[in-house]
Amino acid sequence: MATVSEFRICPTTGLKVHSAAEKLIKANAVVAVVFLAIGGLFGLMVALTRWQAVHLLPADWFYLALTAHGFDVLLAWIIFFEIAVLYFASAILLNCRLAAPKVAWAAFWLMLIGALVANVAVLQGGSSVMFTSYVPMKAAPHFYLGLILFAVGALLGVAVFFGTLVIAKEEKTYEGSLPLVTFGAVTAAIIAVYTIASGAIILIPTFLWSIGLVSHIDTLMYKLVWWGMGHSSQQINVSAHVAVWYAIAALVLGAKPISEKVSRLAFLFYILFLQLASAHHLLAEPGLSAEWKVFNTSYAMYLAVLGSMIHGMTVPGSIEAAQRARGFNNGLFQWLRKAPWGNPAFSGMFLSLVMFGFIGGISGVVLGTEQINVMMHNTLYVPGHFHGTVVAGTTLAFMAITYLLVPLIFRREVMFPKLAKIQPYLFGLGVLGISVFMMGAGTLGVARRHWDMNFADAALTFDYPPAAFLMMALNGLSAVMAATGGLIFIVVVVGSVLFGKKVEGKIDLTGGAAVAKYGSAGTLKIPGTAVLVAVFFTCFVLYYFVNWKYLSELWPLR
Amino acid sequence: MASPNKPGDDERVPFMQRLLDNPFLLLFLGVASPAVLYTIWGIMEIIQIPIAK
Repeated sequence: MATVSEFRICPTTGLKVHSAAEKLIKANAVVAVVFLAIGGLFGLMVALTRWQAVHLLPADWFYLALTAHGFDVLLAWIIFFEIAVLYFASAILLNCRLAAPKVAWAAFWLMLIGALVANVAVLQGGSSVMFTSYVPMKAAPHFYLGLILFAVGALLGVAVFFGTLVIAKEEKTYEGSLPLVTFGAVTAAIIAVYTIASGAIILIPTFLWSIGLVSHIDTLMYKLVWWGMGHSSQQINVSAHVAVWYAIAALVLGAKPISEKVSRLAFLFYILFLQLASAHHLLAEPGLSAEWKVFNTSYAMYLAVLGSMIHGMTVPGSIEAAQRARGFNNGLFQWLRKAPWGNPAFSGMFLSLVMFGFIGGISGVVLGTEQINVMMHNTLYVPGHFHGTVVAGTTLAFMAITYLLVPLIFRREVMFPKLAKIQPYLFGLGVLGISVFMMGAGTLGVARRHWDMNFADAALTFDYPPAAFLMMALNGLSAVMAATGGLIFIVVVVGSVLFGKKVEGKIDLTGGAAVAKYGSAGTLKIPGTAVLVAVFFTCFVLYYFVNWKYLSELWPLR
Repeated sequence: MASPNKPGDDERVPFMQRLLDNPFLLLFLGVASPAVLYTIWGIMEIIQIPIAK
């Protein structure tokens, strides 16, 4: 049992903060931001190389940078931050001590050592196998070893989270059901267990293959199990960033979900079906049946999409209900106009919500439909889609909540407030451009993971339309804008944590403790949200059927 | 802390609420569902592919 001296009371939220949990949240969040900076730099190099007029890197460096970019941002940045979110959503929001802090520190060091070892392997140049590391491409053994260590560490962190839930229940630090933000974190943790198990199942034999103890890894088997990790790891992100949306809405505006039960049901859809979307990477594989493909994508995945659409309505709906309760009742959208757009936590969260739905969500359904997937499978449309989910959705949401974690957990004022104010807009606009222009290039057939779309010195050449080159140039410009937004984020956050003025008393947060409470807004008077949802559905249906029209033109019936 | 969802002693907790309040049952379902429908089903299809001669 932890002693009273191991806790402090947060003056803003009134929550008990366990010092061990606080230190671990800080450590994981700081390392996450460092990997975001490194991975973001590699991403900028990749984008500037694919901008044909710049063509920054030679081929070997391009594939090295692409591998490092994928690992550092898709795994290291996001999983470190997610572990911080798990500890925050359990120990802090449930008012209890963190289970086994020593195990949590072991998890942290394993993840850090694993991430560093994998980075060293990539930078040595012999492991440019890209994020997917498809066999028979072989990386250096310590590349796989680094990934395995990282995964074991993350699994230990998830175990600490579940242990903390048990402690909170036994010590009765909360009553009734878990708060919604914690429930969202439970969803992320459950998906993490399947993700890491899939990674272990495939990466351990691949490591043994790399040192010569296993003679052969079947390529299709590798792809199947690897995507159980590779795509599901992005589903951890979705669950975590949706939990972060609810947390920011509650902290900044005191927003309660429209209906706790419906939001929890939406998370249940994630738990049961979201990981099955991994199958969309295998829709062009001849060895798997149409039944397996269609069930896992078009049937089961749509139930998870239903979950996302529920969150897409209830998060803005909860904000509208909270704003109307504060008196912003004029017309359909006064609640939205009067929202705190100058607060980077709110603006980042709302931009993340809109871009995740309109860009990442709709394009994900298109990619997950077997028939229309063939038009853009393995083209730049795929990274266009996942930059809409993982960067516009997850990264922007995590950046947004960092602006609250700095005063609440690090107890420092955010420095350079004017820069912080514009940062989500700059980063968000840049990522919007990256996603849209990559999807545009993919629609024109431009292959992903390809160093030179001019096919110079290639035995067989192909001429892309000029519009494809324009798309790649606009993608490069957007990447510069996003990188500038990312750099501002790093400067503001690192500056605030190291040199920010100490926060002594309460900070100005309307919601405060609402984030740790179970309960619904108890109103359905959200006409503005209903209009936004109608606009979303119209865009969704139009874009979906436009792609079927494209398909009919690809193979016309005569 | 208030607990608006806490049922009275004599009130039966609905099945869905008991399910959603049990993180370890959810953990089992969340691992079993993709393990069966995606991984095991997929592996069974792959191992049935005839080996080239």
